[in-house]
Amino acid sequence: MPERIKHEPLDSKELVKPKAEIHLITDQCKGCGYCIKFCPQKVLEESQEINARGVRPPKIVDETKCIVCSFCTVVCPDFAIFVLEKPREEVVRNE
Amino acid sequence: MNGDIACAEGAVAAGCRFFAGYPITPATEIAEHLSERMPEFGGIYIQMEDEIASMAAIIGASYAGLKAMTATSGPGFSLMQENIGLAVMTETPCVVVDIMRGGPSTGQPTLPSQQDVMQAKWGSHGDYGIIALSPSSVQEMFDLTVEAFNMSEMYRVPTMLMGDEVVGHMWEKVVIPSPAEMKIVNRKKPRAAPDKYGPFMPEDDLVPPMACFGEGYRFHATGLTHDEHGYPKTQSSEVQTKLVRRLCDKIGRNADQIVKVEELMLNDAEVVVVAYGIVARSALSAVRKARQDGMKAGLLRLITLWPFPESHVAKIADRAKAIIVPEMNCGQMVREVERVAKGTPVSFLSKLGEDPHTPSEILEVIKRCA
Amino acid sequence: MVQETVMHPFSKYLRQAMIPHIWCPGCGNGIVLNCFIHALDELQRDLDKMVVVSGIGCIGRAAGYTHADSFHTTHGRAIPFATGVKLANPELDVVVMSGDGDLFAIGGNHFIHAARRNIGIKVICANNFTYGMTGGQQGPTTPLGGLTTTTPYGNIEHPFNLVHLAAASGATYVARWTTLHARRLTQSIKKLLQKEGFGFIEVISPCPEIFGRRNKMRTGLEMMDWFKRASVVENFSDPSKAEISQEKLIVGEFVNVEKVSYEKFLHEKISHINEQAMKW
Repeated sequence: MPERIKHEPLDSKELVKPKAEIHLITDQCKGCGYCIKFCPQKVLEESQEINARGVRPPKIVDETKCIVCSFCTVVCPDFAIFVLEKPREEVVRNE
Repeated sequence: MNGDIACAEGAVAAGCRFFAGYPITPATEIAEHLSERMPEFGGIYIQMEDEIASMAAIIGASYAGLKAMTATSGPGFSLMQENIGLAVMTETPCVVVDIMRGGPSTGQPTLPSQQDVMQAKWGSHGDYGIIALSPSSVQEMFDLTVEAFNMSEMYRVPTMLMGDEVVGHMWEKVVIPSPAEMKIVNRKKPRAAPDKYGPFMPEDDLVPPMACFGEGYRFHATGLTHDEHGYPKTQSSEVQTKLVRRLCDKIGRNADQIVKVEELMLNDAEVVVVAYGIVARSALSAVRKARQDGMKAGLLRLITLWPFPESHVAKIADRAKAIIVPEMNCGQMVREVERVAKGTPVSFLSKLGEDPHTPSEILEVIKRCA
Repeated sequence: MVQETVMHPFSKYLRQAMIPHIWCPGCGNGIVLNCFIHALDELQRDLDKMVVVSGIGCIGRAAGYTHADSFHTTHGRAIPFATGVKLANPELDVVVMSGDGDLFAIGGNHFIHAARRNIGIKVICANNFTYGMTGGQQGPTTPLGGLTTTTPYGNIEHPFNLVHLAAASGATYVARWTTLHARRLTQSIKKLLQKEGFGFIEVISPCPEIFGRRNKMRTGLEMMDWFKRASVVENFSDPSKAEISQEKLIVGEFVNVEKVSYEKFLHEKISHINEQAMKW
């Protein structure tokens, strides 16, 4: 097997991966599915519960995969999901 | 100066600083004069693309804090009706001048009529109260324009100035009072803090104080049926009842303060002529001649057309044995007179076309009724 | 995940008494409002000086939902109303949020004149190709062949190319985005708000319940899929060639020029007139 050279980004020591705090206002969700479909990290999926509006709101699969791109926050037509960034800690390498 | 120019000057004197209009005979001179005068006071003049836009623009300007006016004639007045309804519903102070011309439709642009007077009250859909004034001289074109602004500010209602082509285009002397002599009324401003303020919360006189855009009140106003905060409540009968009745009562209950008439030789009059606008001038001549000839004639000149001067007409109906209503239309205000006069016989004198009634035409009818 | 005791960071931009809004699941209007609010937040605009004017239609409710001075006008007349506001007080930021029918059918005349005059109002059009509020009738942007309640056999009218119309009428800023381009839309709205003169953004917005359902895109996701498939970002391309079709949906900024706004011109003229008068 050829030896693979792994390139390490020059700023990897300073690079901090944001930690996300995902908030779901489940009863405000109308089940359009945009946040689930368009999350680049596939952090969300449709839950099995039914909310007060009779639809299935999203549920978080793995909050640690969220990179706080906030696309879900801006694309939600019902203001039912938003992501906040937890206070940043020291360097966290790719895990 | 001519009537149109007097009206424009009245607007400037009353504090009007926004005019949006569209050229239409015979009101064009108002726009032309204001296009010259408005900039002198830092006011805005804009010729909009049509009368619908003109009406919408003056509502916008009024909500942004300026006293605003538009001027038109019959065809434009018809176009403006939907937005007049919006002004009524959003309780916007503004003045709409209609220099009436021969109708219907394009009609006779350069000849007078009084054919829009019912439209002033009923023109827009829905039930509401409105104020409409009728000038019969060039001086009144000035004075009543100022009055119209004052009324609209006091009652937060669009006020109509129903002139006609003759009053608009004739030339007479006008005395312009000094600013100190003039009575100017401005809209009530809110005393409540922004979080407690509702744009349609009436006070005892049924008129809500009015905040303007940019003052930090962050309110919402809509043409939909709304509650006191301005939020649409289209499914509630209760809200509709409360709102619509208040819009009617706002004018109806305050009618005594709003209505203005001129009573001439009425004390012992047996035959009373009820007239308004240019026709009142001929009527006055006729009544004077009748008195000279020994007839007990009198004139009730309506200055306010809406709300209709019920109590004044009822009073003369009690005392007089006949009422004559000359109008330059096929019978509009006469219906109101008949309604109020009940038993007293009312003769209607209709005239259409270029000339208002001559004094002798009215005198003929006075003779017949006396 | 955290329970919802934390308020949405943008709730202060929404009129809480009127939330939740009436829009359907998947409706693009919510996204337009969301992007607008994001733009306001990023710009830290003084909301006391913001006036949101809307016309009649589903998007027309947006004025009610924004926590700023707002006005909901009669059908098609948002633009002349906004003209009156802007001229009366040029310090105010006046934004018109309305729909394709309200702005371009009944309101078409007002749109072209306001653009021609270069009045400093900012128009955001949520184009969902139909008259949604009244049940899904044909509108001036309904695609050829589209099925609506008043074109049950397929639309035989050619739709407007809104960006072309806006550019031809003289707008200083013209852009088109879809609700899928939420981030670029937000940046575009920011640019719009900071620009002088008449600015226009067309937002292609899904109406799954009413338009999509009749035209083979039953859910919002299917409509967004169309946007993803067909859209291509081409900045400063020729707006006259930017017609919308099933296969191609050009988005981006089409016009971004400098032109003195009407109100600036007017106030300069007024000052000039008064200076001349002082000399007499």
